[in-house]
Parts: sequence; structure tokens; C-alpha cells
Amino acid sequence: MRLKKLKLYFSLFRITFSISAFTFGGGYVVIPMMRRYFVNDLALISEQELLDMAAIAQSTPGAIAVNIAVLAGYRIAGITGAIITCIGTVLPPLIILSVISFFYKSFRDNRVISAILKGMEAGVAATIVDILIDMWQGIIREKNLLLTLMAPITFFANFIFNINVLVIIIFCSILCFIQAYIKIRQGGIRGE
Amino acid sequence: MNNIIFTLLTTFLQIGLLSIGGGYAIIPLIQEQVVNSYNWLTLQEYTDIIAISQMTPGPLVVNTASFVGIRIAGIPGAIVATLGSILSGFIVSIVLYNFFKKHKDIDSISNVLKGLRSSSVGLIASAASTIIMIAFLGTSSFNFDNADINIAAIIVFIISLLLLRKYKPNPVLIIVVSGFAGLIFY
Repeated sequence: MRLKKLKLYFSLFRITFSISAFTFGGGYVVIPMMRRYFVNDLALISEQELLDMAAIAQSTPGAIAVNIAVLAGYRIAGITGAIITCIGTVLPPLIILSVISFFYKSFRDNRVISAILKGMEAGVAATIVDILIDMWQGIIREKNLLLTLMAPITFFANFIFNINVLVIIIFCSILCFIQAYIKIRQGGIRGE
Repeated sequence: MNNIIFTLLTTFLQIGLLSIGGGYAIIPLIQEQVVNSYNWLTLQEYTDIIAISQMTPGPLVVNTASFVGIRIAGIPGAIVATLGSILSGFIVSIVLYNFFKKHKDIDSISNVLKGLRSSSVGLIASAASTIIMIAFLGTSSFNFDNADINIAAIIVFIISLLLLRKYKPNPVLIIVVSGFAGLIFY
């Protein structure tokens, strides 16, 4: 039993460490990778739960990649799991940046490295767009007009008008709360 | 020495706490503290870190914390600054997760979570658009005058997306292969 737990801890560490070592191009790449390992391969969390985690990680302070890893670890193995996945996620950038801090100028100007990274950008963009399509289909399936409109409106607010993320999140939360509240009240009246 | 470690911890705790949403929005926030208030880095060094952050894995906050920490106070500095930058996210996300889980039967609260999920799709789409613009045009601003359309990147993007939709390969594989494609094409 204890051995099984240790094995779980170890695989949590191994997966988050290797995911983190490949999170080029922003925290969102973590979502398709988490889906691959934790949802599809190991079936430790459901797709729905992963999307909830992504939504919460997005709405809390700090780096999204770290927050999602913490939540996945917490969901799978409690607070110990959260600490393990957190360390697993933070360790690769910590090591890499510590090493790079000594010779970062030559790293920055290296043409081979920048060519590889340039290519990766396109691959990263494709991975994120891939999971976006799935997420968007999930939202449409809810058949809730407010939720359906919220995604494109958030996109325009953030991408075109540069509105602060915190403002968007608070505004959306209030709208959804009110929507549910009105629905409950209407339901209550009808029920009488 | 202990004093510096403590300042590193509190400064990055503050940065971590204020950096909601991640991405490029937090760049000026970190700059304010690290460059303007404490002079830990010059503006040039900070710009370099942003470039390096795009080249290396890991979130910008964690990368900056590690880099600044090790320069100011060695390995302990790097560890403490990194810890500071992630601590508030660690605590707040677990508290929120438990809150939503505990009240998932209350419609108004579960609807808020659904709303956050919808808006996170919008925010992810926004971040993806920025990456796409940088990959395709080499710029993230809407000033297209000196934009330089990168056909190779567009081809890599389309092929990757088609492969992902059709065969559901491991995303890591796609990213590694497109890195090699970059090496060949550019």
C-alpha cells in the first residue's frame, strides 16, 4: 500500500517535471499535455475536471502552469500531491534559468537555438488551438446563451481591447451568479 | 544577506499575488519591482530575460524569480524568490478548488465556475492569437507595416493542427518535431 503511494508520488513528479520542461510558449500548453497524461493515459482525472482546474488556475494569482499542476496533484493525492507536482513544475525552469544566468548572452544570440524555438512556436500554437476547439465544443453543448457568448466576448475584450484579466474574470463571475439566481427564482415561482 | 533573502521573498510574493492571468500582461508589473524599484536588473537585462523566457520552458514569473534570485543571492536566493512567486497561487487555487467542490450543488456557484470556464476559453484564445501572430508575423502588435509573413511557420502550424485533430498524437511530439522543422526551414 505504501509502495503504491510512493509510486504514485513518483509518477506525479515525473509527469509534471517532463511537462514543465516542455512548456514553451506560455502556461496554456500545459493543458493539452495534462490531458494527454492525466486524462487519457492514466485516467486519474476526468476531462471535465481538468477544464475546471484550468478555469480556476486562470482565475487565481500566479503562473497558470504552476496552478494547474498544483490542482492536479491536489486532486489526485491531496496536499502532498500538490507539493510534489508544484516542485516538479518549478524545478525545470529553476535549474535552466540558474544555468543560463551565467552565459545568457551567448544563449540569446545562438542562431540554432532561435531557429528551433521559432519552429516550436508554430507547433505550440497548433496544440493550443487543438484543445481550444475541444473546449469550445464543450461550451456550446451546455446550450446556455450567456456561456456561449462569454468566450468570444472575453477574447475580444482581452485581445483587442486589452482589458485587464482580473476585471474580465470578476465581471463574468457576477454575470453568471446573477443568471443562476434569476433562473432559480423563476423556477421557484413556477413551482408554486 | 538574510535581509536580501527576505526582501526577495516579499517582493516576489507581491509579484506572484498580483500576476493574475499570466502571459504578457505581467511584464510591466515585474519590471516595476525588479528594474525600477530595486535596481536588481538593468532594463536591458530584463528585456533579455523576457527573450530567454520565450526560449526556455516555464512561466515568466518563475523564470524571472530564478534569474534575479541567483544573481542577487545565489542558489538560496533563486529558491526563495521562486517560492515567493508561486506561493499565493498555490494557496488561492487550492482554496478556490475546495470552495467550488464543496458548493457544487448550489446552482449559482456552479454556474460561476461554468462562466469562468467559458471566459478561460476566451483568454486562452487571446494568448494563442498572440503566439500565432508572433510565429506568423514576428510581431504581436497590430502594426503590420514591418510585418514579415513567415510561410514556413504557417505550414508547420497547419500540418500540426491537422495531425492533432486526426491522430491525437502526444503534444510533446508535435512540439519537438516542429522545433526540428524550424531548424531545417529557417
